[in-house]
Amino acid sequence: MSGYIVETIQKGILETVEMTFFASVFAYLFGLPLGVLLYATSEGGILENRPVNFITGLLVNICRSLPFLILLVLLIPFTRFLTGSSIGTTASIVPLTIGAIPIVARMVESSLNEVSPGIIEAAASMGASPLYIIIHFILPEAAPSLLLGGAINIATVLGYSAMAGVIGGGGLGAIALQYGYYRYQKDVLWTTVTILVIMVMLIQEAGSLISKKTRK
Amino acid sequence: MQPVFKLENVTKTYNNSGSTFTALKDINLEIEEGEIFGIIGMSGAGKSTLVRTLNRLEEVSSGSVSFYGQELKGLKDPEIRRVRQQIAMIFQSFNLLNQRNVLNNVMQPLRIAGVRKGEGREKALEMLKVVGLEEKKNEYPSRLSGGQRQRVAIARALAADPRVLLCDEATSALDPKMTGEILDLLKEINVTRKLTIVIITHEMSVVERICDRVAIIDEGRLAEVGEVKEIFRAPRSAAARKLVFPSNPFDPSGKDSRLIRVAFDGQAASRPFIAELVEKTGKKVNILSANTKSVGGIGYGQMVMELPKAPEDQNTVIEFFRDSGLNVQEVERE
Repeated sequence: MSGYIVETIQKGILETVEMTFFASVFAYLFGLPLGVLLYATSEGGILENRPVNFITGLLVNICRSLPFLILLVLLIPFTRFLTGSSIGTTASIVPLTIGAIPIVARMVESSLNEVSPGIIEAAASMGASPLYIIIHFILPEAAPSLLLGGAINIATVLGYSAMAGVIGGGGLGAIALQYGYYRYQKDVLWTTVTILVIMVMLIQEAGSLISKKTRK
Repeated sequence: MQPVFKLENVTKTYNNSGSTFTALKDINLEIEEGEIFGIIGMSGAGKSTLVRTLNRLEEVSSGSVSFYGQELKGLKDPEIRRVRQQIAMIFQSFNLLNQRNVLNNVMQPLRIAGVRKGEGREKALEMLKVVGLEEKKNEYPSRLSGGQRQRVAIARALAADPRVLLCDEATSALDPKMTGEILDLLKEINVTRKLTIVIITHEMSVVERICDRVAIIDEGRLAEVGEVKEIFRAPRSAAARKLVFPSNPFDPSGKDSRLIRVAFDGQAASRPFIAELVEKTGKKVNILSANTKSVGGIGYGQMVMELPKAPEDQNTVIEFFRDSGLNVQEVERE
């Protein structure tokens, strides 16, 4: 591989990390409250509310059932409106975030569902308000499971970020596509794939480790 | 004196897709300040639902529950939360936060009550001292035994100075030794802190050990309520007899022989009743089950015995026991 390619790959790694990081942060910024809402308003939940739960659930399901590649294309006008461009690393963060929000929301919801109803009852018997119960009882109890879910979600976003290469996003995905696919440079293809695999493994292992450390 | 809880015609029904289920039916009950009040029943009898109506974790379908004269039904959410801060609760499964250490668990109700952190910490440490777990303050619940976890739960329950403590099958997950320790602790708290305690259980031994009065719940109804001693001596309802009479199976020699249960309550433990029976009347009985103990020279407990075949002999035996001041009851054969 030429020095130029090596440099490109190095830059690609940074771009991938950048996209994955920001998209994950934004996805949790919106997905976490959404997951809490889904959990709390569900049947028998501490803020049971059928209409809210139904509508939120429907929105999440619709977004989740769209293939990410289609979402990328669908969101081009919105991305351009938000970032002024529809190509490049920054632009890719928009569809990545939106694609990840419903996944995060469902993952959060399922983590929260693991918290024993007994804890919630104990909190209610102490005179805690629903919001207090969520913040001080449910979320801390679900922390290890949320962290594990976080690792899975970040790995998913990383995978999606490679797809963003198709519509001109940056990162390793774009490199694999341009050099590996269009120019038949198999070595570049395999190098980027190997790097992606290593990155996913690192995220997963780190997530598992942190989750295990937190679980008391 | 005003009762801590007053329940009037409390009924609770659940609607489950068309079919209705009555968990509680017309319960009338008063729980007095300072007593340890037991609520006993078989599983599914409705006692867990009943205890949850006391802090309105369960809404009643009709009837009223009042706490120190305050009707709970109409209270708005912030008001019922303030009431709940005065009604602590412990559970069969402890329900501690596993991700928080012992000290933080105990501090939880204080935080809810808005107590400042330093003050709360001090109070929590004091409570841990009461339950004898001071040195475990930095441990996490997963590192503690069941008995220790329940002690932490008790410390947590006491932290915000509640006026009453509800115990929902608090010892059912513990072995007999730990059960005894937890019950002794509850008794001690009842005495030293003058705390009213309500105990839900399916075990008569728990009631006998620490309760002053007991309510027997059977299929959602209040079968009987009264002093534990009195109910033990002479249970009136079938549900009470089922709970009080020995649960170990006994095997009478005759298929349709008559069985009686004799309760000892405060008679001299040194008096040999059975020997006297044989000596005075010449009639013999077959002891099928006996569980008596002497507490400070006074006998407590019960015996189930099989009576002789002849009806006149049976009457002689029963009369002898009655004349001796013992309570005699028929035991229904199943």
